[in-house]
Amino acid sequence: MHQISEIKFRQIIVMVFSKKSFLYSIVALIAFLPSVLLANSPEPASGHEEAVTKENQDPKAEIKKQINEVKNHHVLDSHSFNFFADEETGKHYGFPLPIILWDNGLHIFSSSKFHEGKSVAEDGGNYYVLHHERIYKTDAAGTLTEHDGHPTNAKPLDFSITKGVFSMLIIALLMFLLFRGLGKSYSKNGGVAAGAGRFFEPIVLFVRDEIAIPNIGERHYKKYMSHLLTVFFFIWFLNVIGMLPFGINVTGNISVTFGLAVLTFIITTFTAKKDYWLHIFWMPGVPVPMKIILAPIELMGAIIKPFSLMIRLYANMFAGHIVIMSLIGMMFIFKSWIGSPLAFGLSFVISLIEILVTLLQAYIFTMLTALYFGAAVEEHHHDDAHH
Amino acid sequence: MEKLINDFSFGLFFWQTLIFLLLVFLLRKFAWKPILDAVNEREEGIKNALLSAEIAKKDMQKLNSDNEKLLAQARVERDAILKEAREIKDKIVSEAKEEAQVQAGKMIEQAKAAINSEKNAAMADLKNQVSNLSIEIAEKVLRNELADKASQTKLVEKMLGDVKLN
Repeated sequence: MHQISEIKFRQIIVMVFSKKSFLYSIVALIAFLPSVLLANSPEPASGHEEAVTKENQDPKAEIKKQINEVKNHHVLDSHSFNFFADEETGKHYGFPLPIILWDNGLHIFSSSKFHEGKSVAEDGGNYYVLHHERIYKTDAAGTLTEHDGHPTNAKPLDFSITKGVFSMLIIALLMFLLFRGLGKSYSKNGGVAAGAGRFFEPIVLFVRDEIAIPNIGERHYKKYMSHLLTVFFFIWFLNVIGMLPFGINVTGNISVTFGLAVLTFIITTFTAKKDYWLHIFWMPGVPVPMKIILAPIELMGAIIKPFSLMIRLYANMFAGHIVIMSLIGMMFIFKSWIGSPLAFGLSFVISLIEILVTLLQAYIFTMLTALYFGAAVEEHHHDDAHH
Repeated sequence: MEKLINDFSFGLFFWQTLIFLLLVFLLRKFAWKPILDAVNEREEGIKNALLSAEIAKKDMQKLNSDNEKLLAQARVERDAILKEAREIKDKIVSEAKEEAQVQAGKMIEQAKAAINSEKNAAMADLKNQVSNLSIEIAEKVLRNELADKASQTKLVEKMLGDVKLN
């Protein structure tokens, strides 16, 4: 009995390994390596002081700490636009962005006043300090009272043009110029697209024919087209500039995906027809007790749907950035002729996958948004649909 | 979840929503509407062109079959006309033949009648001339005979002598 099971086990092993292609092994490596790396790296908040003390004894820990900082800095929004920084001299290469605060009045000043979080900024008699990309109100000395590692100082309403906002503005401008150009080219060119925008005409048609019409229906799709097209290209372009080496991560930010999901929710709710609400509050075709049970579930579903949109896009882009940054960081941790090229190869492959993911996530977001819009305007025929 | 809430930045949300909504409205006016309209128009144009091509094809087919029908009809008509013409020709020819025969018969009759009358006239003339000539000859003979009285007498005597012999 024992022998038989052992033989079976071996068979399974052989089967798995013989069928495993090269790609599978790469995927497996990709899946496990970041978790190993993340497990090894110290927590940035708790290990901060330890790392400083260990600095001279353990250069590897120092590198890990640096990588972690770069990684965290990369995926989070920033109040200045830094392309890269020289850690040894503490010099940052980039440009400052405007800080806009509402603190009993409007305060506008340049982010260069913070000196990358190292100094206290003064504006209109108020003192502000930048701590982990959050702005806190403080005194002239910049003291922060901390509790559980989080400062408890007052936070003014922060409307700063951060790196993310700046990137969005650039993408918005780019999209406007690109698609206005495409829109104009038709009348100029006798109904045929011209210019750089014409490369996007098939994609516009794809959004219409493969996303909007199948999910919303021929009758209602037109009024949602503007939103769907804008959402698609907005997410896609922001995802793509996230792949550029400027450390932009807009769609991997919960605030941005929250904003997009809220719009989906609002549009779904306010364009919903009678049938949509009927299906939420008084599901037709089921017994009355079921109707009562289903109503809160369906109501929750209406909120969970956009919530899942928010989390999906955020998590995918955030995780993609973390994985790539980790793999790039591994090159510096291995520092060997075998490990570093391997890490480079992996990060290259993952980057290729991420390029696909940029489009895929934009597609999924738009697709699901269209699906929810479709549910809102769908007209059921209760007599034949429910028995 | 705590990390998500921690990461949430109202400023970024505010700007994102503002930029996005502005972008939607601007693009709707300046891009999506003209693009989709143009594409729709083009698609309608293509559809219409295909439709009219189909109609033209059908028309062409109809025309072709009409032509063939006409041709067949024309062929039938031509055959009928030819047949009729042949009949008419035969009829004319036979009629002509008959008339010719009748005419010829009449002419022959006339000719025969003329020949007969001519012959009669010639015969009468000949008779006259023969009688005249006979008379003339007789006169000449008689004159000649009578010129010689001796011989006449002799002759008369001889005749008389003959009569006696009878």
